[in-house]
Amino acid sequence: MMIESLKKLEKFVNSELASKIQKSIIEQNEFLIEINESDLIDVVQFLKSNEKCKFRQLVDIVGVDYPEEEKRFQLVYLFLSHENNNRIKLSVRFQIDQTISSITKIFPSANWMEREVFDMYGIKFKNHPDLRRILTDYGFKGHPLRKDFPLTGFNEVRYSEKEKKVIYEPVKLEQNYRNFDFESPWEGTSYIKEIKDLKKDGKKN
Amino acid sequence: MVKKTKSLNLNFGPQHPAAHGVLRLILELDGEVVEKADPHIGLLHRGTEKLIEHKTYTQALPYFDRLDYVAPMNQEHAFALAAEKLLNVEVPIRAKYIRVIFCEIGRILSHILNVTTQALDVGALTPSLWGFEERETLMTFYERASGSRLHANYFRTGGVNQDIPLRLIDDIEKFCKSFPKIIDDLEGLLTDNRIFKQRNVEIGIVSKREALDHSFSGVMLRGSGVPWDLRRSQPYEIYKDLDFKIPIGKNGDCYDRYLCRIQEMRESVKIILQCVEKIPKGPIKSIDGKISPPNRDDIKQSMEALIHHFKLFTEGYRVPKGNVYTAVEAPKGEFGVYLISDGSNKPYRCKIRAPGFSHLQAMDYLIRGHMLADVPAVLGSLDIVFGEVDR
Repeated sequence: MMIESLKKLEKFVNSELASKIQKSIIEQNEFLIEINESDLIDVVQFLKSNEKCKFRQLVDIVGVDYPEEEKRFQLVYLFLSHENNNRIKLSVRFQIDQTISSITKIFPSANWMEREVFDMYGIKFKNHPDLRRILTDYGFKGHPLRKDFPLTGFNEVRYSEKEKKVIYEPVKLEQNYRNFDFESPWEGTSYIKEIKDLKKDGKKN
Repeated sequence: MVKKTKSLNLNFGPQHPAAHGVLRLILELDGEVVEKADPHIGLLHRGTEKLIEHKTYTQALPYFDRLDYVAPMNQEHAFALAAEKLLNVEVPIRAKYIRVIFCEIGRILSHILNVTTQALDVGALTPSLWGFEERETLMTFYERASGSRLHANYFRTGGVNQDIPLRLIDDIEKFCKSFPKIIDDLEGLLTDNRIFKQRNVEIGIVSKREALDHSFSGVMLRGSGVPWDLRRSQPYEIYKDLDFKIPIGKNGDCYDRYLCRIQEMRESVKIILQCVEKIPKGPIKSIDGKISPPNRDDIKQSMEALIHHFKLFTEGYRVPKGNVYTAVEAPKGEFGVYLISDGSNKPYRCKIRAPGFSHLQAMDYLIRGHMLADVPAVLGSLDIVFGEVDR
């Protein structure tokens, strides 16, 4: 039932927005479309106002960081249609220095969501009415959800009895954060692999 | 001569009993009328999403208790569902019943807290004293099932951690029989109370359209007359086999939202009673040894179980590549988890969609033009808990 209506929707969206859609996938009963960041406003407007789509509610905006890739950031917009009981995911990929159009004009609730993305990833939004940090501390530096931001952060706060105020200091840890690598522990560490490879080559010769 | 009026900036919170936590609200006042409200949030930000990226799936679950800490298991549920969707695991039927029972208990927990503290904010002390006694009883149920009153850490991918103790079901049933009387008492104190009505009727009105535009969900949406409940419209677990009603408001004001919550508690009691009656015997977690840990006896007897146990508690389980969004109807609205897996044992990204975040965002729109004294009333009816707003 659900999947059929999704397939119908996929067909419809693909025929209407043919040139703008890079990729459309239905996976795990969820419908995702990938578009160019320049088409964002048009596509969002279409999804909201079209009679057959009626995605009247923006559920959330998700930022994702892929530091190895050329288009480093991804934004996923989640929409919900109450009338058709459907969800859609809209994905945009772009490079680190690009600014993205804000959709606050279409969905007022995007305001804080975009602020959160800005705070966490440092992605800038064009025409956003009030692009300030939202979750982190006043005067915070850096963008914590980027993959290159360390889990422990840079500064810590404490109340100083001497100065009678809360002070910021660089993080001091008794023991560093230990990140255990569990990736395929059965195959042994890299130097054992090298020995194995050497032996293999030796046999060939 | 025209007198120039200067607006007054008022700092509400972050330590204020009516702010329901650590909210710093900067209010711009013209006399007693609020002209602008700018909520500053993030004072309880703990970086949950970042932490989850560094933890295995099993270790990530307890963080969800600490989001909306008045209804912990509802949050765990969303994460468990997301991981299950990626892994494609079947949850045993008894586990589904247990989950639903505890989610509805969570709903009652949250609604009691909200209704009574909202009453407290507008000047009624007694409801909170009566309500908290019931919350205490409910939290002992949590404790008997999971070992902890608040931070339950009870749900698991593929089921729940352990079976519920023998007499718990009977006690929950007993509670459900006696609790409607308490709701009647609370209603007797509040529903027709002149002061309570004066403070809440036609305060913080949200129209249908505005509710959609501001991403409202849950009671905030239903209070404005939109018949939408994920338990009904996109059913998960066993909700489609259960008989319950979805209360809907008419005017979208604080008073209607209060009425919705009261009715929802009654419906939750009905749901729990149905579950108590129907709950079957059987396993409580997936039998897939690669995902759910073996029981104690097996570890002592079987080498394979021992290895599984070791692997599960060091490496955890790998989750296939993909991205999913799952949402549950938490007491406060649509609580969602957007999970991206890169095929390893840790989530690549876990975005938490908290209903309170969007609700608080609309504070400016809701309070504009109201009196300063209405701020606590509106804030109370938004049902804000900072654990989930700040994450």
